[in-house]
Amino acid sequence: MSAPPKIAVAGVHKRFGKKIVLDGVDLEVARGQSLVIIGGSGTGKSVLLKCILGLIRPDSGSIKVDGTETVGMSASDREQVMRKFGMLFQGSALFDSLKVWENVAFGLIQGRKMERARARDIAIEKLGQVGLGPEVGELSPAELSGGMQKRVALARAIATEPEIIFFDEPTTGLDPITADVINDLIVACVKRLGATTLSITHDMASARKIADRIAMIYKGRIIWQGPVADIDRSGNDYVDQFIHGRAEGPIKMDVLKP
Amino acid sequence: MNPFAAVGRVVLAFFAETGRIALFTAMALRHCVSPPLYLRLLARQIMVVGYYSLPVVGLTALFTGMVLALQIYIGSSRFNAESAVATIVVIGLTRELGPVLSGLMVAGRVASAMAAEIGTMRVTEQIDALTTLSTNPFKYLVVPRLIATTLALPLLVLIADIIGVMGGYLVGIHKLGFNAGSYLHNTFEFLKALDVVSGLVKATVFGFLIALMGCYHGFHSKGGAQGVGKATTDAVVSASILILVANYFVTELFFAQ
Repeated sequence: MSAPPKIAVAGVHKRFGKKIVLDGVDLEVARGQSLVIIGGSGTGKSVLLKCILGLIRPDSGSIKVDGTETVGMSASDREQVMRKFGMLFQGSALFDSLKVWENVAFGLIQGRKMERARARDIAIEKLGQVGLGPEVGELSPAELSGGMQKRVALARAIATEPEIIFFDEPTTGLDPITADVINDLIVACVKRLGATTLSITHDMASARKIADRIAMIYKGRIIWQGPVADIDRSGNDYVDQFIHGRAEGPIKMDVLKP
Repeated sequence: MNPFAAVGRVVLAFFAETGRIALFTAMALRHCVSPPLYLRLLARQIMVVGYYSLPVVGLTALFTGMVLALQIYIGSSRFNAESAVATIVVIGLTRELGPVLSGLMVAGRVASAMAAEIGTMRVTEQIDALTTLSTNPFKYLVVPRLIATTLALPLLVLIADIIGVMGGYLVGIHKLGFNAGSYLHNTFEFLKALDVVSGLVKATVFGFLIALMGCYHGFHSKGGAQGVGKATTDAVVSASILILVANYFVTELFFAQ
């Protein structure tokens, strides 16, 4: 028997009102692996991530982290599981009432009860790992550019040295060069921590760079998954259409033609 | 359109909202009594809610006391009962106008700010970020605001009572020609502890309601800037109405036979 997968999702369903968002998702992420989920807007990528994090409760199905079932878990048990996680949010989600270094140190001070002076040293060190000097730590998040905010958010996600890191659209809204810098930082940080990662994106350049495996989600189901090297010969029309960004193909966008 | 369906929808929406508020209140109270309590945040909220509300509450009380003295003088002079001015001013202020007007002013100032701040945190995923950083958003955001406002409002009202009486005194002495000593004597002659205490109890209830509405609507806001705007409006309107409703019931509790 091999070790259980770090994250195992089986038969997860979620609907909001009449709209079915997740329609039986099955997915496994092995320890130390980097899985990237690709898919168009509104296909349920973010909802799936939030289900695994416990921010949204799935209607049915099983989500196991390190072999432990997390669906229906009590709040206090979940807090223990959450300590394994770090997350980089799409809009960075930095706390604008706090300084940059306090943002990075937040999980250490509030979550781990570390004293402020020590947490601050670690925060400065993590800022250095994402290429930001200690002087940035004294600024407020609103004073930073989008790319710098992403870096701070990355530093915050890795500050507690989590075992599992989630990346929600890490390069959305950035220029291609900054996006590539962020991708490199993600790869470097993940390698240093040896963390398991799950990312969602619709940026193929980003997916190719940070993924070991790629899974494609469409209409609330995983329709293809495989090693990143196989993505160009998946033999799947949906995947081909997506990675080449064609408007024509089996995936129909609901657009009213004039 | 089917009128029954329209009425039914409104009724169902009302009960759903009431249920959500009840659950939110229960959750908030549970977190209020279980550790950890973030003292830094609590202190900051007391500063924001209490100290920074002083000017607006003080001005409200001052002019309310002044106009009260003027109006009661005009009314009571019709049956030669001018000597009752001081007594009625102080009772009116401590029982009703102090807590209600301060509550409404603080609702406008504080419930809106809470809903806007928490609502923005919700739509920018900062609340989700708190959870992923092993911090309970209820404990971090709701509990300090709830406790701070519940503690601060009675103190504000106590100050408002004093400033309001002073406003009445100024008008009484300088405009209506009362003797300063007898005005003060009349102020305290018939004042009972219950008049002040009932007002402070009201203020405690109002403070809780203000923070609850601000946090609830902020927490449940969705859909970007427009959603936050709606949450802000809803917070102020619902807090104000709840204050007026609660005011009746607390009054009845204290003074009904």
